[in-house]
Amino acid sequence: MAFNYDGYLRMEKMPTLWCWGCGDGIVLKAFVRAVDDLGYAKDDICVVSGIGCSGRFSSYVDFNTIHTTHGRTVAFATGVKLANPTKKVVIVTGDGDAFAIGGNHTIHGARRNIDLTMIVIQNFIYGLTNSQTSPTTPQGMWTVTQKIGNIDPTFDACRLVEASGATFVAREAVTKPKKLEKIFKQALEHKGFSYVDALTNCHINLGRKNKMVAAMDTLDWIDSITTTKKKWDAMSKEERLNLLPTGILHHDDTKDEYCDLYQMVIDAHQDNRSKITQDDFEKKI
Amino acid sequence: MASDANSQGKINADGKREIVMVGNHLAALAAVDSGCRFFGGYPITPSTEVMEAISDFLPRVGGTCIQMEDEIAGIAVAIGASMSGVKSMTATSGPGISLKAENLGLAQMAEVPLVVVDVMRGGPSTGLPTRVSQGDISQVKTPSHGDYKSIALCAGTLAECYTETVRAFNLADRFMQPVFVLLDATLGLMHAKAVLPTIEEVEAGIIPRKTFDGSNEDYRPYGVEQDEAAVLNPMFQGYRYHFTGLHHDAKGFPTEEIETCRKLIDRLFRKVDEHLDEIELNEEYMLDDAEILLIGYGSAALGIKEAVNRLRAEGIKVGMFRPITMWPSPEKRMHELGQKFDKVLSIELNMGQYLDEIQRCMGRLDIEKLIKVNGRPFSPKDITDKVKEVF
Repeated sequence: MAFNYDGYLRMEKMPTLWCWGCGDGIVLKAFVRAVDDLGYAKDDICVVSGIGCSGRFSSYVDFNTIHTTHGRTVAFATGVKLANPTKKVVIVTGDGDAFAIGGNHTIHGARRNIDLTMIVIQNFIYGLTNSQTSPTTPQGMWTVTQKIGNIDPTFDACRLVEASGATFVAREAVTKPKKLEKIFKQALEHKGFSYVDALTNCHINLGRKNKMVAAMDTLDWIDSITTTKKKWDAMSKEERLNLLPTGILHHDDTKDEYCDLYQMVIDAHQDNRSKITQDDFEKKI
Repeated sequence: MASDANSQGKINADGKREIVMVGNHLAALAAVDSGCRFFGGYPITPSTEVMEAISDFLPRVGGTCIQMEDEIAGIAVAIGASMSGVKSMTATSGPGISLKAENLGLAQMAEVPLVVVDVMRGGPSTGLPTRVSQGDISQVKTPSHGDYKSIALCAGTLAECYTETVRAFNLADRFMQPVFVLLDATLGLMHAKAVLPTIEEVEAGIIPRKTFDGSNEDYRPYGVEQDEAAVLNPMFQGYRYHFTGLHHDAKGFPTEEIETCRKLIDRLFRKVDEHLDEIELNEEYMLDDAEILLIGYGSAALGIKEAVNRLRAEGIKVGMFRPITMWPSPEKRMHELGQKFDKVLSIELNMGQYLDEIQRCMGRLDIEKLIKVNGRPFSPKDITDKVKEVF
């Protein structure tokens, strides 16, 4: 029987604001299926989004939802989570939100290893505002603010998030929706800061001016710049150039989660202890 | 700080609490006594002692204090906690308000209650970080772009660092919006005895956030009377609505529908403007038989009061009007005073930020001013000299 999405979506908000053929809808569906499969109650989930096409994600899903200011999703989500440590708090955001205007919050959310799931709908461009350069736009591509070709270096966001301290880091493209759904499930079930780079197509505002006019052209391009982590690991430095690995890139279950650490602070204060000891830390692991 | 932030003080013969503490610690204590259970912030002089104290207070009562990576995150984390239904606070100084401005706008638009303590220092820019000023009066009126009504309370005594913070929490939940508590470097760091209401008195005065208890289908968080605030239920309890900084409909969802947009902003004004009596608070000192009116607020009023006493001892009949609620301003009362007094002197630790408002309310321009912008407080002599010079 076909999966019925209606119970998780705000059907009166359909159709979405997203362009025809946009991969954001695949991310939305994969996320809903992951939540359904895990059996989470809708009331126990909060979805926080920022500004841009991805920002509208929160208004389409029937959870507790917050559409915040540009780039600040991680900080808002941190407040919801710390005040409600038993609830699931999910960030759905974009590359401009997460790595340009809000880069600092991404770093520090990951560093705290707070139990949030951060999904970045990575489309390599500022889509909603019509084709300005994003921190992940590949060099040489046309953007409306760099019409003769982008000179700004791109970067691997997953490496930044991992280096910052996230304990689950993964990447998958919308061309592999089943894999994406599985990764969402693993990210949601992970305790700690989990990060998913969800690569998607913006054929309208990236593709059209970069010889990838149709949605499929842009999706083919995404496939051409990605390879599985297994293959990536076997590659030489030269072979890895301009490629992004997909799959689970980093997974560490040994680090303390921030809400647990803060509970330690509460316990120490309530027991009138003047210092947190090494024993307290070890009890948490 | 020298004061013991964990002291709960003692009860005096009048049944009030006596406590020796700096003003910033008193603001933190007031927050916890008011039921605040979440603080997010970023260190900035001269407000840092608020976070220092509340980082001890909150975990004791099961609450949370987090130092964030910057001023913007400091307010965002507190708004997030408040959206989920927890009483929340942040504290900062003028440069921090500059950085928090955009998210203050979100809290106004989405009607999220929040107390923002602003311990004022000299500006603009980095200015005089360790010196006093009242330079944020204009800033807190409209820190963010767009149209909304700020509520800003200004403590003028050490005890008011406590009582105005309590009042701010009540007003925030009553009107569902951010409320500023203005302290300054003098009051925030003043270390002396304050006489406070008891915890029982504070608890008895708490105005709880309104909630809706019908079905999720019938719930219209923003579908309220045109002079009322949104009714935002706590999260995770079966009411799955939407927060946004976009123009939104009764359910909280983005809309560009013409009449809905107009009514939303109109309501953000009217929910405050039509209930001014619940917000306004002033102090009038020796005004009844006065011939000269001095207007001032905040720590400057400490010097003004002493100047009134000294001038009276010399037979000069002066009195003081002190707005405690700065925004919305006490328009009607200032208008009456403008009719009654020929001689009016406005006294501020800025270039005259509130003077504009006094002139507007009084409908006249012939108001004398005494200003100071060098980071130093007024001495009573500054004021007595000025009164003798101009009147």
